[in-house]
Amino acid sequence: MASTLASRRTGRRLAADTGLLVAATAFALPLVWVILSSVDPQADLRVKAPDGLTLDNFDAVLKPDITFTPLLNSLILCGGGTLLTVVCAALAAYPLSRFRSRLNRPFLLTILFATSLPITAIMVPVYALFVQVDLIDTMQGTILFFAASQLPFAIWLMKNFMDGVPKELEEAAWTDGASPMQSLVRVVLPLMGPGVAVVTVFSFVMMWGNFFVPFMLLLTPDQMPASVSINEFFGNRGMVAYGQLAAFSVIYSTPVILLYVLVARRLGSGFALGGAVKG
Amino acid sequence: MSDPRRSLARALPVAPAVVLLLLFLAGPIAYCAYIAFTDLQLTGQAHSSFVGFANFRTAFGDEAFLNAVWLTLVFTVVSSLVGQNTLGLALAALMQRASKPVRTLTGGVVITAWVLPEVVAGFLLYAFFRKEGTLNAILDALHLPSQNWLYTLPILAVSFANVWRGTAFSMLVYSAALNEIPKEITEAAEVDGAGGPSRLWHITLPMIRRSIGTNLMLNTLQTLSVFGLIWVMTRGGPGNKSQTLPLFMYEQAFQNSMIGYGTAVALLLLLVGSVFSVMYMRLLRTEV
Repeated sequence: MASTLASRRTGRRLAADTGLLVAATAFALPLVWVILSSVDPQADLRVKAPDGLTLDNFDAVLKPDITFTPLLNSLILCGGGTLLTVVCAALAAYPLSRFRSRLNRPFLLTILFATSLPITAIMVPVYALFVQVDLIDTMQGTILFFAASQLPFAIWLMKNFMDGVPKELEEAAWTDGASPMQSLVRVVLPLMGPGVAVVTVFSFVMMWGNFFVPFMLLLTPDQMPASVSINEFFGNRGMVAYGQLAAFSVIYSTPVILLYVLVARRLGSGFALGGAVKG
Repeated sequence: MSDPRRSLARALPVAPAVVLLLLFLAGPIAYCAYIAFTDLQLTGQAHSSFVGFANFRTAFGDEAFLNAVWLTLVFTVVSSLVGQNTLGLALAALMQRASKPVRTLTGGVVITAWVLPEVVAGFLLYAFFRKEGTLNAILDALHLPSQNWLYTLPILAVSFANVWRGTAFSMLVYSAALNEIPKEITEAAEVDGAGGPSRLWHITLPMIRRSIGTNLMLNTLQTLSVFGLIWVMTRGGPGNKSQTLPLFMYEQAFQNSMIGYGTAVALLLLLVGSVFSVMYMRLLRTEV
């Protein structure tokens, strides 16, 4: 009985492995294509062994106007937006996590409601509003909107991580006469380092990949982040150089993949999302 | 009773977040609800006027709008409800039994597709589905008929693209949920001779039903707001054969300069999103 169960289990593991490998291959095809094409002197649209290895594609795109300026713009937008998000979320999460108030529950419910609203739907009115208050085509306007759109989820996550820091640890600081602000910065935040890292990386990754927000709110080409400028490869340059487009995609995607790996390794593969994340 | 000055001081740190949310999120939503009832245009006419429900009446008599509603429905059902959800559950279930290297490899590949920037994902799948692309190369090799997917079945192509990009999330949610089912329960059922499908139906699915609900809501909300992926792959075309509501809204507001009409469509999208959002909150109610 035990042996049949064991052999059945081995058989099942083989079946599961096969199934997963088929799925992994299917998912990998587009990824393999972009990597091979980026080093292929004659890249086209299908997966194939490269006609020789070359770094010419990277050479061709590693120029100020094609890569460096858009990536720098992305960094300013997403760095600024993330910083604002994390600071505001940490400040807001502290009283929500530490003090009882009648307003906590309605506030948190509103926040939770806002996390799941389709931000895409409000971009037309945001555009119209930004035109009226002269924030259209400005980096600071886009940063502020990025921060606001990411805030509900950041507050929600931050509050849950903060709840995990025992109150007793702060009480020593309070008896020494520390203000709530001091105890937040010196005691609570250092103790929830991994939580802060998750909120930071998640906000940054979401903004780095976001296309619609900068596409709507920025107009001047040299302010565009990489998510928008990548479309130039399709549009105005006539024949699409697929190898260069692939090389650019690899450069543009690498930072977020590295950031994800960094966080995922610290927190285990589950990413501790608890089913409360927007995809 | 607590001292009101003290409670005010305690609540002060929430202020920056509240200001940002009011100005940049609540403000636009309120503004959205307002201009949806006006005939505001992009071309800078001196002032717009209140037109009541005219935009909504136009929408429901507009074939292009109804087409967009239909395509959004197809896109959501195919890519989110069926695709991401079922595939994510299948992958998570297989991962429970698979050997560690295979599990790590598959997880890595599927999650990479998820972490990639939206536009890059769109571009990779554009190449995959193009007439000269990888899918047709494979079909040719298997002597199956190939076709120009982005032209003949654009909505299906973008739906598959969304499955490719979004399945990781369902996979993570379901992996976490399946890990929480005590081993003894499935093993007891197995010893009692319950077959795979019956174990899935009577034990696994009921035990993870809350995760299923959460996952379906979040997938749906995410799918409703997909813009960049479709924009890069097809621009909503050919014609309007893959024009979902976000792309329709964009076209009306900017290419046709009818901000009022575009916003009315946006408001409808927002309402649908709100309904799902409220349902999602009810699911999570016990946790707040």
